[in-house]
Amino acid sequence: MSVFHRFANPNRFLKLTNTVLPWISGLTVFSLFAGLYMAFFTSPADYQQGESVRIMYVHVPAAWMAMFVYSSIAFASVCALIWRHPLADLAAKASAPIGAGFTFLALATGALWGKPMWGAWWVWDARLTSVLILFFLYLGHMALMNAFEDQERGNRAAAVLAIVGFINVPIIKFSVDWWNTLHQPASVMRMDGPSIDPSMLWPLLIMGVAFKLFYLVVLLIRIKSELIEAKLRKYRRALVDNT
Amino acid sequence: MKAFLNIVSRDLRLALRQRSDVTMAVLFFILTTTLFPFGLGPEPNLLARIAPGIIWVTALLSVLLSLERLFLADYEDGSLEQLVLSRASLESAVLAKVLAHWLTTGLPLMAAAPLIALLFNMESDAFIILIIAMALGTPSLSLIGAIAATLTLGARRGGILIPLLVLPLYIPTLIFGVGAIDATMNSLEAGVVLANAKSHLMFLGAIFLVSLLIAPLAGAAALRQAME
Repeated sequence: MSVFHRFANPNRFLKLTNTVLPWISGLTVFSLFAGLYMAFFTSPADYQQGESVRIMYVHVPAAWMAMFVYSSIAFASVCALIWRHPLADLAAKASAPIGAGFTFLALATGALWGKPMWGAWWVWDARLTSVLILFFLYLGHMALMNAFEDQERGNRAAAVLAIVGFINVPIIKFSVDWWNTLHQPASVMRMDGPSIDPSMLWPLLIMGVAFKLFYLVVLLIRIKSELIEAKLRKYRRALVDNT
Repeated sequence: MKAFLNIVSRDLRLALRQRSDVTMAVLFFILTTTLFPFGLGPEPNLLARIAPGIIWVTALLSVLLSLERLFLADYEDGSLEQLVLSRASLESAVLAKVLAHWLTTGLPLMAAAPLIALLFNMESDAFIILIIAMALGTPSLSLIGAIAATLTLGARRGGILIPLLVLPLYIPTLIFGVGAIDATMNSLEAGVVLANAKSHLMFLGAIFLVSLLIAPLAGAAALRQAME
């Protein structure tokens, strides 16, 4: 908990961010290029799907991130509501558009892959539908956050919604699973180890790491700019008060 | 407990005095469902096949229509503030408001649903399941809706915000509600009707219990923020 509170101070957080950011940015670029190179050139084409299997190296990490970012928003919301941690609100606010972007990317790449494979841009399959609902949850979260004159109140309301939505995500997931399914079952995160060949697994994992780092970089930049904006607002108010 | 009953009876009395509010949801339900035969053609088999979906989707929309006034009137005339200031627990106050909302929208919808099912040529075996499914499902709609209604109090665009927040959360209720009736219609013998629908009904019950737990907590938290 002490580490947790240590960085509640915006200045200390900014200092840390400034030292860490160049390193993770570099790491992001490196892993992204390495992952893309492996995905495009060294990994084999699928014996059934041909070259279009390469869409997977963007699609699957984006879908992972869609869930991961929503979970982080829910976690940040819990921290914001219980401990009133000043950075948690900012983290939730900064994460939402990134998560929505990843979700949209997963849906769009899925549609591009679905057209040649299933013969349709969109099917009402369980996995697709639950990701679409997740996208709506992101939109609702962002809309609620910006719906109030008072930003503080918007943050608080959005935090409650994020937590309720998080409880609902597994329920939605299982209900749509029951309802209809066509999407392939999980092949990486399984109890008995991944069923996917190592030549495809490695680029996928590297892309997964690259996406996670990318999220971290964008998140830090966004939090940083929010903090700077708050500071600017303070200075401006002080300036107005003095004149 | 007394405060709980007071809120329920007050809301019911208010609803009965302004009868248009109560009839609005159920009237909307009946009117929109009757539009579907015009849009899709009057073929009886088709209508019977899609009746469960139409009934549930329209019921969802009718509930949505009534959500905005669930807390807004009390918020505007200040009685919500008194509620927050009073010693009675806010969680039970939210629950009382939800109960009154269900009695004035969910219950009339439940009563109107068999009538619509009759117009759509639904098999008579499925009627009882339809009523049970509505009885288990509509309270969840009121409960989940209350969360969105409290969260959007004082928001700039409350009107469009509520559907955006609430419809994704309504989807499980819709799926299992329709699933229960579909399961009955696919079974040939009368004896297996209930068995086929049972798992769906149990899920509806589970959703009801989960939202019964969460909605008062989240609603009370949202009310406290709205009054700060």
